This record gives sequence, C-alpha cells and structure tokens, in this order.
Amino acid sequence: MNFRFTEGAIDTESARRELQTSSAGGYVSFEGWVRDLNEGQEVTGLEYEAFQELAMKEGDRIVAEALRRFPVKRALCIHRVGSLSLRDMAVWVGVSSVHRGEAFDACRFIIDEVKHRLPIWKKEHYRSGDSGWVNCERCAAAPQHAHAEPEHAEHHHDRVAVSNPK
Amino acid sequence: MSRSPVFGLILAGGISRRMNRDKAALEYRGQTQLDRAFELASRHVTHVFVSVRADQTLDPTRAQRPMIVDSAGEGPIAGIRAALAAHPKAAWLVLACDLPYLSDAALEYLLRRRDAAAFATAYTSAHDGLPEPLCAIWEPSAAEALADYQAGGGHCPRKFLIRHGARLLEPQDTRALENVNTPEEYRQAIATLEKAPMQLKIQYYALMREQAGRSEETLETSASTPAGLYQELAARYGFTLSRDQLKVAVNSEFSDWSRKLNVGDAVVFIPPVAGG
Repeated sequence: MNFRFTEGAIDTESARRELQTSSAGGYVSFEGWVRDLNEGQEVTGLEYEAFQELAMKEGDRIVAEALRRFPVKRALCIHRVGSLSLRDMAVWVGVSSVHRGEAFDACRFIIDEVKHRLPIWKKEHYRSGDSGWVNCERCAAAPQHAHAEPEHAEHHHDRVAVSNPK
Repeated sequence: MSRSPVFGLILAGGISRRMNRDKAALEYRGQTQLDRAFELASRHVTHVFVSVRADQTLDPTRAQRPMIVDSAGEGPIAGIRAALAAHPKAAWLVLACDLPYLSDAALEYLLRRRDAAAFATAYTSAHDGLPEPLCAIWEPSAAEALADYQAGGGHCPRKFLIRHGARLLEPQDTRALENVNTPEEYRQAIATLEKAPMQLKIQYYALMREQAGRSEETLETSASTPAGLYQELAARYGFTLSRDQLKVAVNSEFSDWSRKLNVGDAVVFIPPVAGG
C-alpha cells in the first residue's frame, strides 16, 4: 500500500525511512499544513472525512501511476483524517529517486492528483463561529459575492459551488 | 395430529430445453434465479435446499447451497421424492426455478393455508384451473403414493395431484405463478422486474451526511440507475448539490450515472472533494 490514512499525527520520520534504498540519491517531500485563512475567512481548525475504501484504492492507483510515469524509486502518500488544528500536517507525500528532477515532478503529480481525485472532504471552522464543507457550500467559484455582502458572512454556507474543482 | 415443519426445496435439475440455457442461472438485476428463489424461500422457512441431478453437484450456480441430489429417476418427482426421503418428517415448500415473478405475498398465502392432511397444498393455474405442483407444499404422507406413481411409469407431478387430490388455492396474483420458458419470456421478465423495487445500501459523507441526517441506510427503491436514485433521494432530503456537481461510486468504485443497479449494490454520492 503506497497510500494510507492516519487518525493521529503523520510520522514523517518513519515514512521517510520507507522510501530509503541504496540506489536512491535523494528524496523530495511535500507537506500540506492547516493554515489560518481560506477564501477570506479566518480558519480556527478543520475536520477531514474520507470515503476510505475507495480513497485508498484510488490513492494507490495515483502513486502507481507516478511510479510508471516518472523514473523514481519509491513513492508514498499519507493523509490525515479527523480533527486538525492550525499548523497540523494534513497530508504528506514523499518520493525517492536516483536524481532530483524526476522526484520533484513525481511529488508534484501525486499531490495534485490526490487533491482532485480522492473522495476526501474538509470542513472548516471559522472564527465567526460558522463552519462549512470546502467546495460544497461556500461559493468558491464566485468569491465576489462574499466581498459584496460581508455582513452576511455567516450565511455563505447557504450558497452552492458552481462546479467541481478541476 | 402435529404438523410437520416445512423446509424449502428449489428445483434446479431441469433441462431448460426451450430456453436453451440453464434456467437456474438466468440473471435478474445481477442475481441468478436460483439465488432469488433460494432467498425468497429462506424468508419463509428455516431450511432451504436445492434439488439437483447427480451430475450437477459441482456446478458453480448450485454448489454454494445445501443440495439434495436425485437418487431415482428424473424430473420434478425424483427431486421431491429425494427430499422426502432425506428428511422424512418434513413437509416441503417446493418451488420451480423458473418463476421470477413469485412474491413473498404468494408464499405467505400458500403457507398460511397449508392443509397438512392433504398430500399437498397447491395453487390452481390461472390458465386451466389445474394444480400447480411446483409452487406447492408437499406433505410427508405423499412419499409412498409418489413412489407407487413413479413405479407405475408416472412422471407428471400435476397428473399425480389431479389423481390423488390436493388442497387447492386460487392465486391472489396470477402473475406470481407465470413461468419463463423462452428467451422472449425471459426478456419480458427482465424488463418487468427492472421496474420492481429493490434494496440498495447508501452511504453518505460530509455535507450529504449532514443533510440526510445519517451516514448510511438500506432502502427499497424503484430507481434503476444512480441518476434516478439521486433524484429520489434529493427530493427526500433536500440535497443542495446538483447532480452535475457530484460523482458516484457503486460497490466502492467510480461509476457512470446510467449504470444499471443490481440488488444489494452499495451506492455513495461523492460531493466536490477537498483533500490535501
């Protein structure tokens, strides 16, 4: 399994060791962190929920695709689920390879595909006391609405995103 | 007189000449007719067996189920006799394997009106008023008469019941006893049963879990595709996302909206994702 979920903090040290092989000249990793601002709203924390059965299969397929497309040695992705605070690590991708170029490319490919393809959802909690499922409730495709009616910020979740994120 | 328990017997030893295919293996919504009949009977009696010929015991359609193998002769009477011999104290709810329209209501009605003092309790045919021996309850007392009948060259269970008498019931739903013998009748049955309600399992995630107020449910639906199912559930729960914002998974794989759903499928609607 080259993709997995964890409910606790991601152990990057042991994940990195899984990528080590004497033929690899180096490794590239990406860490996604919980930040304090999204779409103009002050974020205080969030929750990740996943349809794990399908996400693990699809995540495994993404990493397998990366290993086919790029001449890298090993690749691994770990995604967190449950409640996270600011600065917590939400996702980790690591790739080891003979040379650095393809490791950067494969790492970028994996995180991009993970964001778009895996059935994982994020509920953000805001300083206003409001909360919302990202891309489902707040109007990501038309942020001008949010700015036009700042006094109704707590009602943003009533609006519906216009399209799937591509 | 104490009544014997009723066991179930699905007759699956037929030759299916006119169909030119094994009738037990014909599928409706992804389920074989043998499995449908077996599950139907299992909802009404405690033990159900499949009646097979000796050369069918390894057949994959049949091998999953408890079997009773014909010992003497062939045809439905051989199957019924083998069952009566295997469990001499039981009466048998005998069902042919070509009755796709058979319903819980029809079996419940039959079982409730069982006459244990007769050789059998059977429905009458809507076509000619004669007994339908292959959706009937056969009593242990019929064993000896069946042996004599077969020894005398008899092979037709209907003629046996006409000769020896049976408790006869008018069918409440004549369609329930219609059998499927030809490819054309099979096509008609598929088209009809596709519109009948079936059970599906739905799981909800994220926004849709909150809007549905539950994370999963098993429900009976007439929808035959994920598209139809979403329309039905969106009306029930007031989902705010439109179908073109969603993807759908069936049995933990991404699926088309127009895929034909089968009995027992697990469906998940996937709202816009936000991993990473």
